[in-house]
Amino acid sequence: MLEPSSTQDSESLSLPAEPAGGEPLTLEQALKNLTDPDLSLRYYAAWWLGKFAPGEPQVVEALIAALDDEADRTELGGYPLRRNAARALGKLADHRAVAPLIRCLECSDFYVREAAAQSLGMLGDPASIPSLMQLLEGGVASAQLVPGRPHLAQPAEAAMEALESLKAIAAAPLIEPFLEHPVERVKYAAARAMYVLTQESIYGERLVQAIANSDLKLRRTLLLDLGASGYLPGAKAIASAAVENSFKMIALKNMLENHLQQQETISVSPEAQQVMTLMDALL
Amino acid sequence: MTNSADAVELIQSVEQADSPARLVAAVRSLAAAKLEAGIPTLITILGYNNPEAAVVALEGLVQLGDVAVLPLLEQLDDYNYGARAYSFRALAAIADPQALEKLLSAAETDFAPSVRRAAAKGLGNLQWSKLPLEQRQSAQARSLKTLLLLSHDPEWAIRYAAVVGLQGLATAELVSQPDLVSQILDRFNQMATTDTDLAIRARVQMAQQQLNATSVNLQTLSS
Repeated sequence: MLEPSSTQDSESLSLPAEPAGGEPLTLEQALKNLTDPDLSLRYYAAWWLGKFAPGEPQVVEALIAALDDEADRTELGGYPLRRNAARALGKLADHRAVAPLIRCLECSDFYVREAAAQSLGMLGDPASIPSLMQLLEGGVASAQLVPGRPHLAQPAEAAMEALESLKAIAAAPLIEPFLEHPVERVKYAAARAMYVLTQESIYGERLVQAIANSDLKLRRTLLLDLGASGYLPGAKAIASAAVENSFKMIALKNMLENHLQQQETISVSPEAQQVMTLMDALL
Repeated sequence: MTNSADAVELIQSVEQADSPARLVAAVRSLAAAKLEAGIPTLITILGYNNPEAAVVALEGLVQLGDVAVLPLLEQLDDYNYGARAYSFRALAAIADPQALEKLLSAAETDFAPSVRRAAAKGLGNLQWSKLPLEQRQSAQARSLKTLLLLSHDPEWAIRYAAVVGLQGLATAELVSQPDLVSQILDRFNQMATTDTDLAIRARVQMAQQQLNATSVNLQTLSS
């Protein structure tokens, strides 16, 4: 779960630095730049298109092509342009990206696999589910830190979040063992996904219990997880957590909107009113 | 009624606290004593970057009430937005209209969202009856103007706070200022359909429902 900045911009991906002498990009220029010999221009263009050019048909095609880029490589063998292209495709809501992104789940670059998993969650196509579940095969034992790298063997957190978005109830048995994963972030991503998929309060309570025992950074992400989960009994725990009010407001807003979207009635439910009363007190 | 020896001791405990836990305990004791002489110290705690202590100090200041208002206004920390936000939350809770000018300018011009939220809520819930009658209407009109402005803010949490403030203002004047109230209800009707955030539309709806219920109660009582 990425930490939002204090201005609530959930796009906390690190912004690539603008290329030297960069003028504001136009759509035409950005598309051209995707195949520019200057790799930093390619990289920036892919990011720019994801942020500023939704709804443009040629953009998706160009980004899909970039998923096969071979030119932009890191010293360790990663594919930076592919990563940015995969991230951008998640935001463009075009289903042509689904099959290519599923293929990216097999890329040798962990960060490409991670970005592809996240984007598949955003695109919402159930066809992604089996391949995403594959990432969790082998359970906790396989999902260990890779020696010498700062990441696990597979992007378990991203996979679980995507399966959660896709409401892949069938994935619950596969996710459950991750409740005991040694990495806390992974444990809690599993708890959140289990709650969303099963609606069993025991999983929501795990998140609530964890708040008291964690450090500030983890607490903040727990609050956001609780908000995103829609576990209403967690609202009070959010409101009284030892975290800045701004974070609590964001988490509660998420929870409220989650809840409201599931309602069919026009008038606000008592539960919604309770959440708003908690928010009022945080002002 | 101040016991100056007690105050000095309690204040010293706060100033000499050498761990976050000791600080919180010392602030708790000072706040519990409800001493006017402790006010400047309690206000200083708001800027200590210890949220637990700050909340205790905040509650202590609110308990002291009116006597804390001028010190809070005088000790507003222009350089520490966290302290400022707590101060405005205290002023909003005490609700003394002496704070009006500072609330208006904080709501409109402070750069910190947490300050603006607290000020917006405060503007809607002041004890207007503390103002002489001839000043009341113009004070409320200025509050209304600022809150309506804030209801258009790009940041959702500011708009949320504006709704809370507008609801407070409308509730206070439901009977005596129908024109003021109808301006607020009109704005609510607009926001209920045009605000981009679901949470805001819901909060507006809740405000409308609660105002309606209050209005019905008042009518029943007067019939």
